[in-house]
Amino acid sequence: MNTSVLLQRVGQVDPTRLEDYVAHGGFDALRRALLRRPEKVVEEVKASGLVGRGGAAFPTGVKWEAVARESRTPKYVVCNADESEPGTFKDRVLMEGDPFAVLEGMAIAAYATGASEGYIYVRGEYARAYTLLRSAVDQATQAGFLGDAILGSDFSFHVHIYRGAGAYVCGEETALFESIEGKRGQPRQKPPFPTTHGLFGQPTVINNVETLANVPPLILNGAEWFRSLGPEEAPGPKLFSVSGAVNKPGVYEATMDVTLRELIEEYAGGVRDGGKVQAVLVGGAAGTFVGPKDLDVPMSFSGLRRVGASPGSGAVMVVDERVNMWDVLLRIARFFAHESCGKCYPCRLGTQRQLEIVTRMASGALRYKDFLRLQDLHATMRDASLCGLGQTAGNAIISGLKVMGMGMSDD
Amino acid sequence: MHVIIDGQRVPVSPEMTILEAAEQVGIHIPRLCVHESLTPQALCRLCVVEWEGARTLVPACVARVQDRAVIHTQSERVRRARRTILELLASTVDLSEAPELLAYAEEVGADLERFSDGERLTFPVYDDNPFYVRDYNKCVLCGRCVQACGDDMQFTYALTISGRGFHSRVDTFYHLPMPQTTCVFCGNCVAVCPTGALKAKEELLLEEGLSPEAIWQRKREEKRAWYKER
Ligand SMILES: Cc1cc2nc3c(=O)[nH]c(=O)nc-3n(C[C@H](O)[C@H](O)[C@H](O)COP(=O)(O)O)c2cc1C
Ligand code: SF4
Ligand code: SF4
Repeated sequence: MNTSVLLQRVGQVDPTRLEDYVAHGGFDALRRALLRRPEKVVEEVKASGLVGRGGAAFPTGVKWEAVARESRTPKYVVCNADESEPGTFKDRVLMEGDPFAVLEGMAIAAYATGASEGYIYVRGEYARAYTLLRSAVDQATQAGFLGDAILGSDFSFHVHIYRGAGAYVCGEETALFESIEGKRGQPRQKPPFPTTHGLFGQPTVINNVETLANVPPLILNGAEWFRSLGPEEAPGPKLFSVSGAVNKPGVYEATMDVTLRELIEEYAGGVRDGGKVQAVLVGGAAGTFVGPKDLDVPMSFSGLRRVGASPGSGAVMVVDERVNMWDVLLRIARFFAHESCGKCYPCRLGTQRQLEIVTRMASGALRYKDFLRLQDLHATMRDASLCGLGQTAGNAIISGLKVMGMGMSDD
Repeated sequence: MHVIIDGQRVPVSPEMTILEAAEQVGIHIPRLCVHESLTPQALCRLCVVEWEGARTLVPACVARVQDRAVIHTQSERVRRARRTILELLASTVDLSEAPELLAYAEEVGADLERFSDGERLTFPVYDDNPFYVRDYNKCVLCGRCVQACGDDMQFTYALTISGRGFHSRVDTFYHLPMPQTTCVFCGNCVAVCPTGALKAKEELLLEEGLSPEAIWQRKREEKRAWYKER
């Protein structure tokens, strides 16, 4: 189903002007939230069924509740705006088109959980998003929507902006904290989880930009409305970044019962030059390739699970038949070898060996031994790596081989 | 409270790690980066075990027990990961002075030549001070020396990791020779190094066949030259 909730103001308002946001209903949700007790706000988010849009799909209300329960202060709300998953560009559209909505979502999260400080960690390459957010924070603070005694209440919340320096792994929540703390951007072993030991070791809510942008409409229209949108297992509006060999690449909003075929043919105008789909990478480099026979699955968790995939960040990358799949796999292997932080052995060493083997295969040397080695690397990285980067580093390679008709039985 | 490890019922207390619980009943789980005097980093992943119901394998050095958890330390999934990690290590650096790792490799049937067509990490040997020699061709990047030099022991911070991914390495800040760093030559890093990458000069020279007298003579000269230079 087509919705226009998250993108409703994008292109309609001037992202540099607070007045424009307010004139379009901006900060009404924060006002409404402040009239309720924080527990009620958490309850509403829990009842809505909203799950995180950053990739891991964790229930947002459950996360907030865990932080709300913590008595240690200060607590933090961190907005994950690192958006570095290849093929994902939806957060950018939100930050550049409707930056105040992200701040409003953060303020509501802070009120609900008792947090007093907020951080936005913006992808280093997103200069425009940074500038717009910077100005949005300043304007909202001036106008009393952020800062001390917000809207005359006794709730205070200060927002700081931090820029990334180009590492994919710094989008992983604990590496992101390390980076803000001024350390090497490397993930921490979990548990402890951010809800108890997050930024500076304090209880922390960390949410994706899109997750936070869902909060104001959810609070305004209620959990029941939210639940009425899309499938029960994952309700609410969702953004999909559709790219690759399509006529109209872009960010599209739909509910999660939309199928891959609808996204490609109806939303993105079909495969370019009347070509045919060879493979679709769902969920970015960390995601999974599905073949042309599987395009009718819905983009929900259960739907994609049937074809061995998951929605991840909502990236849909279309590869048409004219593209050499080996080049695609080689680029992905190179990406992971380049982005591995080097902390844990399976990923530090495995991504390098995977790259070497895929390089050889791409140049035409197909040896049985290499297929077996790739499989062991995939299983070892998936099962034993410390963070999600290594755990997913072999996904696209193994599923890509399968789509190319070179799958192995024991994946 | 108890857990089941490899079919054995093991009584445990809540703060215990799986590694400790297993140790209690004499089950030895392979490990490398963990050290009794250092904060566990859970980065070598050799100690991973299968916890029924968990999505991935879990590192036994830090994972705390939960009542009735069912854990396998020798399942095929565990052995596959352990075997591959050891094969990867052996293809990258020189494990000849890490007998424990070689024993683990034998135990899980690792083929140490399996990835030997891949890039190896090679470094010059750093012999830049009178006290110890750094041969990173043997370094498995367990990070123990960095921790010992930093927050876990000496608070000197002479050592760090530079680079990223496969090309990560132990380094000094700005790649300076040891005497120009904050190093106080306490030797803690040498003491915790599991692979012979860091070695006391005496030990190295003894291995090279020098007599103790010759070693002392040489070290005295080196130190004299060193102090003069400073
Ligand atoms: C390697 C890696 C990169 C990630 N990059 C991002 C990112 O750029 N943006 C993001 O929101 N989440 C990213 N995540 C997921 C975060 O760790 C975390 O789950 C998310 O920020 C939680 O927010 P949510 O619950 O609102 O989705 C990444 C995870 C991994 C393992
Ligand atoms: S899985 Fe990769 S990125 Fe994550 S901690 Fe290990 S080496 Fe670093
Ligand atoms: S030098 Fe030794 S202690 Fe330091 S990381 Fe390498 S193997 Fe570990």
